[in-house]
Amino acid sequence: MSSTFDAVANIIAETCDIPRDTITPESHAIDDLGIDSLDFLDIAFAIDKAFGIKLPLEQWTQEVNDGKATTEQYFVLKNLCARIDELVAAKTA
Amino acid sequence: MRPEVFKMVDRVVAIDPGLETIQCEGLVPEESSIFEGHFPGHPIMPGVLLIEAMAQTTGWLILARNRFEKMPFLATVKEAKLRTFVVPGQMLDLHSKILHEGSGFVVAQTKALIEGKPVCNAELVFRVLAWPEGRMKDVVMKVAERVEFPVADFANA
Repeated sequence: MSSTFDAVANIIAETCDIPRDTITPESHAIDDLGIDSLDFLDIAFAIDKAFGIKLPLEQWTQEVNDGKATTEQYFVLKNLCARIDELVAAKTA
Repeated sequence: MRPEVFKMVDRVVAIDPGLETIQCEGLVPEESSIFEGHFPGHPIMPGVLLIEAMAQTTGWLILARNRFEKMPFLATVKEAKLRTFVVPGQMLDLHSKILHEGSGFVVAQTKALIEGKPVCNAELVFRVLAWPEGRMKDVVMKVAERVEFPVADFANA
C-alpha cells in the first residue's frame, strides 16, 4: 500500500505540478487537490503504464453517476491505491 | 482537403490489422478561404489545422478500434511541433500510432510527412464517449465512405 501510494503521489505531483508534501493518503484527488477530469486522464495514463493495469474510469464514473458509489471510494488516494492493488493482484492471480 | 470546413483527410490509405497504426492522406488545396487570412499573398496552412489533420487521422483509427460504437473527441495536444511551412499543393502523408488505450481515453503519437520528410508531430489524448444525441454518427459514417474508410472491415452494421 505504501509503495503504491508513493508511486501514485509522485505521479500526481509530477503530472499536475502539485507539491508532493501536500499529497496524503487522505487527500481527495478532486476536492482536496483540485484535479479535474482532464488532468485525471494524464494521471490514469501514468498509473496504467506504471502498474500495467487499466483503471476502470468509465465504470467508476457510471457508478458515481448512478448513486451506487461515492467519489470518496475511488478518488481519496488511500482508496484509489487499494483499488490499484486489487487490479494488480487480479492481473497476477 | 477542404480546410475551411475541416475536411482534412481525403483518404484512409491503410489501417494495420492489429489496429495499432493508421495512414491517411490529404492534399492541401491550391484555393481555400483559409488562405485569404493566413496569410494574404503568402498562403500557409495554419498549424492548428495541421494538428486537426493529425487528430482526424487518429480519430479514424480510434473509430476502427471501437467499431464506431463510440466517438473520440480531442482532449489534449502535447508536444506539438510544427517543423516547417506547409503550402498549397502539398500532399500530407498522415500517420498515427496508439500509445495507450485506457478506460474512456486514448493516447496516440501522430505525425505528418511531405515527400517523406516530417513536417509536424504531436502526442494527442482523446476522450472516447458515447455518441451524442442526434445525427452525428450518421454524418461520420457518411464521411467514412467519402474517405474510403474500410467500413466493412471495421464498423458494426
